[in-house]
Amino acid sequence: MSQIPISVTVDGLTYDDEVEPRTLLVHWLRESIGRVGTVVGCDTSSCGACTVLMDGQSVKSCSVLAVQANGHTVTTIQGLAEGEDNWHPVQAAFKECHGLQCGYCTPGMVLASIDLLQNNPDPSEQEIREGLEGNLCRCTGYHNIVKSVQYAANTMAGKDQPAELTGGAR
Amino acid sequence: MTDTLPDKLETLSPMGRPLRRKEDARLLHGQTNWTDNIQLPGTVYMAILRSPMAHARITHLDVTPALSEPHVVAAYSAKELGDLNGAVPCVWPVTDDMQAPAFPALAVDKVRHVGDCVAVVLATDRNAAYDALDAIEIDYDQLPAVIDLESALQPGATLVHDGADSPGTNECYTYHLPGTGIPYDEAKTKADVVVKRRFINQRLIPAFMEPRAVVASPMGVSNEMTVWSSTQIPHILRVLLALVTGLPENSLRIIAPDVGGGFGGKLQIYREEILAVQIARQLGRPVKWTETRSENMVATHHGRGQVQDIEIAATKNGKLLGMKVNLLADMGAYLQIITPGTPLLGMFMYPGIYKMDAYDFNCIGVFTNKTPTDAYRGAGRPESTYAMERIMDELAAELNMDPMELRKKNWINHEDFPYATIAGLVYDTGNYEAATDKAMEMFDYDSLRAEQQRRRASGDPVQLGIGISTFTEMCGLAPSRTLGALKYVAGGWEHCTIRMLPTGKVELITGTSPHGQGHETAWSQIAADILGVGVDDIEVIHSDTGRAPYGMDTYGSRSLAVGGQAIKKAAERLIEKARVIAAHQLECSVDDLEYVGGAFRVKGDAEKAQPLAAVAFEAFSAHNLPDGVEPTLQAESTVDPQDFSYPHGTHLAAVEVDTETGKTTLRTYVCVDDVGVQVNPMIVEGQVHGGLAQGIAQAMYEGVEYDEDGNLLTASLADYLVPSAADLPSFTTSTTETPSTTNPLGTKGVGEAGTIASTPAIINAIVDALRPMGVTDVQMPASPQRVWRTLQEAKGGNA
Ligand code: FES
Ligand code: FES
Repeated sequence: MSQIPISVTVDGLTYDDEVEPRTLLVHWLRESIGRVGTVVGCDTSSCGACTVLMDGQSVKSCSVLAVQANGHTVTTIQGLAEGEDNWHPVQAAFKECHGLQCGYCTPGMVLASIDLLQNNPDPSEQEIREGLEGNLCRCTGYHNIVKSVQYAANTMAGKDQPAELTGGAR
Repeated sequence: MTDTLPDKLETLSPMGRPLRRKEDARLLHGQTNWTDNIQLPGTVYMAILRSPMAHARITHLDVTPALSEPHVVAAYSAKELGDLNGAVPCVWPVTDDMQAPAFPALAVDKVRHVGDCVAVVLATDRNAAYDALDAIEIDYDQLPAVIDLESALQPGATLVHDGADSPGTNECYTYHLPGTGIPYDEAKTKADVVVKRRFINQRLIPAFMEPRAVVASPMGVSNEMTVWSSTQIPHILRVLLALVTGLPENSLRIIAPDVGGGFGGKLQIYREEILAVQIARQLGRPVKWTETRSENMVATHHGRGQVQDIEIAATKNGKLLGMKVNLLADMGAYLQIITPGTPLLGMFMYPGIYKMDAYDFNCIGVFTNKTPTDAYRGAGRPESTYAMERIMDELAAELNMDPMELRKKNWINHEDFPYATIAGLVYDTGNYEAATDKAMEMFDYDSLRAEQQRRRASGDPVQLGIGISTFTEMCGLAPSRTLGALKYVAGGWEHCTIRMLPTGKVELITGTSPHGQGHETAWSQIAADILGVGVDDIEVIHSDTGRAPYGMDTYGSRSLAVGGQAIKKAAERLIEKARVIAAHQLECSVDDLEYVGGAFRVKGDAEKAQPLAAVAFEAFSAHNLPDGVEPTLQAESTVDPQDFSYPHGTHLAAVEVDTETGKTTLRTYVCVDDVGVQVNPMIVEGQVHGGLAQGIAQAMYEGVEYDEDGNLLTASLADYLVPSAADLPSFTTSTTETPSTTNPLGTKGVGEAGTIASTPAIINAIVDALRPMGVTDVQMPASPQRVWRTLQEAKGGNA
């Protein structure tokens, strides 16, 4: 199959590559450049596990062809805060509020939440639930994911955390 | 090494605290190790040709054209695979005369469900492997599909298995459990009321988020075959792969790296695992396979799938006399690891928390042309709890009694424990009154009933319904002798080894195999409490038979209830060994030492003490050990549980049902669970939330649908409705704590509780909302369309 040249900036590094036209962005990320933090959960664009930011907006990377990412900037879960000691406020909130269990939906949830908070820095519970509708989690029942997003919203706005979000003493 | 003593004598115990999880840093930074991430040099990718038909004879099959496609290395059907076409094992022959047909990894002559594996292609490029499937030549002669359980048992029905050794029926087995009391028919003669219902406990798909994946590599050290698999059961898988493939068990290493959920769906030895190992062996290079979600829907085992005929007999005052259960359980096309036993895991639990004089359980396993069933979160117990809690509401309605009053009248009082149930179990502890009182208060039951009356009186098109589920479950699988008595071939013990390293760090090696449950954190808490070291000084090693050789893995809410005991015992043994060394160093007798705050201290002499880390270094250097004491500081324990543990709880749901559209909105969900002593309440709460979501999903959203030809209609996540955040509310959860007496930590189990309890609470609530309109049952999932139709039928309209 013919190969098409692409140049994509992923988590701060620019990659020049050649891909088959049918290659999905998520497969290119995982298999060609080894950014395996982004995962695949379905083949019908239903689960959101593959969510990344493209030019700052969340996209399902299984619904984007690698060639469509040509010339664009992609941020994955691995590029939010390099190193385990650095945390994006949304990552920190998911840990603090136990917003993950197996962690498979987590990269997508975190990036979808970042996008949601960009568009709506102070969302209601219902707005969070509707905003994350495209991301499935089988482990958490979403209760703590919603709390995580509320917690992150407060952190990012410099507000105090209400008691119901802090989850008790450690 | 270090002689500095911890500053505080009393350090804060890590037990019972909501410590944030150790696992999360890597999971939240994408530093994960999912099986599909593994890329070994020389790997070939496996693509599988699956049957598009539910039941058909293969009349022509030729894989050779695939061999000339680009990048293809090999292609196999059952013919080419020959003796390497291993059979998928079933380890639970529930009766001596159970029909146990062969289940070859690649179908031989006949396919029996949509998704059955027919042939495989191996290529050096993943897409090329899938492309080459198109070149395989195959013709089928379609046969009628066996779908409905009752029709399947009729004489003359098409046979799913019709080989030479077929007994000529689709019946897999019949199982009868008589209760410990009087015969049911005798109890029934005293009854004023007998309520009979047929409940359909529909098939479900586990739908864990990480699709299955396996990498089998023959390139390990010393001839080792290393298998990475997204599995819940690396240890059991090792034994079974050895038995199935004939590879020596001591040359198989199984690793379950990060595993993205399981819920019973990864408690399995799958065809694809067998194929990957056999072909890797044949080709002498790594074989990798990752399922697509579409494959997952048809080829990962399903759960539930029961027709439940339930009869309950009571006096007019509402005293239960007896219960009779007749089940038809859908096995699907083949028996997998515990397919036949799964419905029987529920047989002890139909009587739930209630006293009665008679119980009679019968189950017929039935083969159909559908994906095999097996364990899915709760495995047998959600089905039994559903039937019991649903029929309690129907009985209450019949008796015109408040459903909670009926339950109170019949449940085992807290002073009755330990209590020998009619199904033959002994419940060690419980306090149903306490959990119920707390839940009723949080829920504000009386005001909701008052609101319900107002809405009924005003003819509000949106009616309010209240649903109750007071449940218990057996977990902590399981005493090995009990398993043996039930003909399950393996045991139920668990193992732990704890090693104190010379630098004072601790390795805790467990046989449990977490995939979201936070064992790395919780196990550290248990051990840190006993060892007096920091939680972060402990590294939990798991899910790799090369590093954690003994274990029975994770399922059935067993990991803490059983594995926790092994951790406690190993830690205590380690301290005992350290005490002998410390006494020698401090020149005193072991009895003069107390172990407090991570150091051995001579009683009455605050100056004389030795921290555990220093003992560990002494054990390592071995320069000055007492006679007869071996170097190194480690201890192990393998614990067989003495009995099950019985978590329980009271779950209350309030729903609003729009009688004009059939749409149900879950307004409030309150539950109080008693899971015994909690190691980490944050993790406990998370387990409850996730369990609730899955149980509520069965009631409202999820259900496998086949057409009459056996095509799976719910074959993608677009059609099978795993709920999103927008489909669920926040939950109000709490706990009571009645320690279990069957294990020294007093823990029970929590992984399945929410799923087991919540389904009947929701359906009871929907039926409660609509009962004045004549509705007595709603089939799950209670979609708006189904609720609306049920309502029309009840009103006598033609829907
Ligand atoms: S992988 Fe499921 S939406 Fe992209
Ligand atoms: S944490 Fe497991 S799927 Fe969301």
